[in-house]
Amino acid sequence: MIFLRRQLPIIITLITGLLFAGQYYVPHPASEQMLTSATKWMQIIGGFALILGVTSLFHQHAVKIGRQEAGWGYSLVLYVAMLGTIAVGLWANGKESVDGAMTAFGWVYNFMMVPLQGTMFAILAFFIASAAYRSFRARSREAAVLLVAAVIVMMGRVPLGEYLIPLSGDLSSWILNVLNSSVRRAILIGVSLGAIALSFKIIFGVERSYLGGGKE
Amino acid sequence: MDATVFGAWVATGLTLLIFSFLYKDTPLFKFAEHLYVGVSIGYTIVKTYDTVIMHLIVKPIVENGEFALLIPVAIGMLMLTRYVPKAAWMSRYAFAFIVGMGSGLAIPRTISSFILKQVEDTIRPLLSMAGPDGLTFSMNLLNPASNLNAIIILLGVSSVLFYFFFSIEHSGVGKAVARTGIMFLMIAFGAAFGYTVMARMSLLIGRLTDLIEFSDASYGRPTLWLVVVTIGVLVVLSRRAQREPPQES
Repeated sequence: MIFLRRQLPIIITLITGLLFAGQYYVPHPASEQMLTSATKWMQIIGGFALILGVTSLFHQHAVKIGRQEAGWGYSLVLYVAMLGTIAVGLWANGKESVDGAMTAFGWVYNFMMVPLQGTMFAILAFFIASAAYRSFRARSREAAVLLVAAVIVMMGRVPLGEYLIPLSGDLSSWILNVLNSSVRRAILIGVSLGAIALSFKIIFGVERSYLGGGKE
Repeated sequence: MDATVFGAWVATGLTLLIFSFLYKDTPLFKFAEHLYVGVSIGYTIVKTYDTVIMHLIVKPIVENGEFALLIPVAIGMLMLTRYVPKAAWMSRYAFAFIVGMGSGLAIPRTISSFILKQVEDTIRPLLSMAGPDGLTFSMNLLNPASNLNAIIILLGVSSVLFYFFFSIEHSGVGKAVARTGIMFLMIAFGAAFGYTVMARMSLLIGRLTDLIEFSDASYGRPTLWLVVVTIGVLVVLSRRAQREPPQES
């Protein structure tokens, strides 16, 4: 039983890991076909992972409603919104428009989801600006550099900024395309090295936390 | 009422409910927040159902007889054994498959795209060949591919990597290189901050543009009416909160 519960999953990881790492170096149509099929398989299995997450959310809010805990009314709103959207979505076969005409699902997307999502992220502009006003102080040389770079990039992205500081547009582009990209590149190289090391550890069974705890 | 006009009223109302958070965390905002989560999850479920269940499983099996797709379905089903304590260990097969495959796919592709390609783009010729005359050195800062920028990028990448990775004491020349790396990092953080702020501003302008559009008479001026209603509700809620005794913590 230990073999089935503990060792077989590690063997599956080892075989699939080596197989798909090796696939990259075999430029044969069969190898390409395997990659295409595997990508499709990943999407299918990922769909089942969504069920896990959604069920957990369903359960959490169902308990809240059942016990009538504080704020249970909001959980009810969440439930109604979710089930309503699922109902109209299935009714419209998941299509936002049919022959150019907006479906009920498209209406929910355009007049509920887009405004809610857009506004939710838009209000962050106020909080970022407020936080920056309170915390941005040129206390050290590094903080001053950060502050100046942020101001130049902000000025360079709007016509008024370019009008007030004519150089800000070019300077902003230079900061983003040269200085910023060099740092992003260095960070990317570092993150990639870490990801490769982790992948090797997973394939060879050194890292096993993804299997979860519990009984053997 | 026309669906678009009704939609304008709903969109305006929801936008104002979210904006009410700028005053404080009110029940109006909480209502909109939970509505947003519900609609988003519902939308994701429908899209996943349509893409995965219908287009990747049902249609290929029914129309093309691709019964091999039942294998990933079976692997996916194993994930659901998490809900049966005695059989929960079987979900490990699904996770082992996904994680193993993801790791295997990641290794060569990460090395190729994110390390070798990035290093190749960083270590560029510091001088350019310009026709039969010989070598030139372009100083145009506005051209990211110029020789001067190539040197700056090389300096930036090397110094940031040095700051992060070389676990030696940052003293002498090492200190100067590490300090240069910090300066590059600070510029990048500042740029990222400025860029994010402006992206959010752009979203805000989009929402305000919609509110202005929906204040038109052709929609029945929902913006004006709903602003008044929202402010009225906020005033009522505020008065009610003042009358209620403070809750004991």
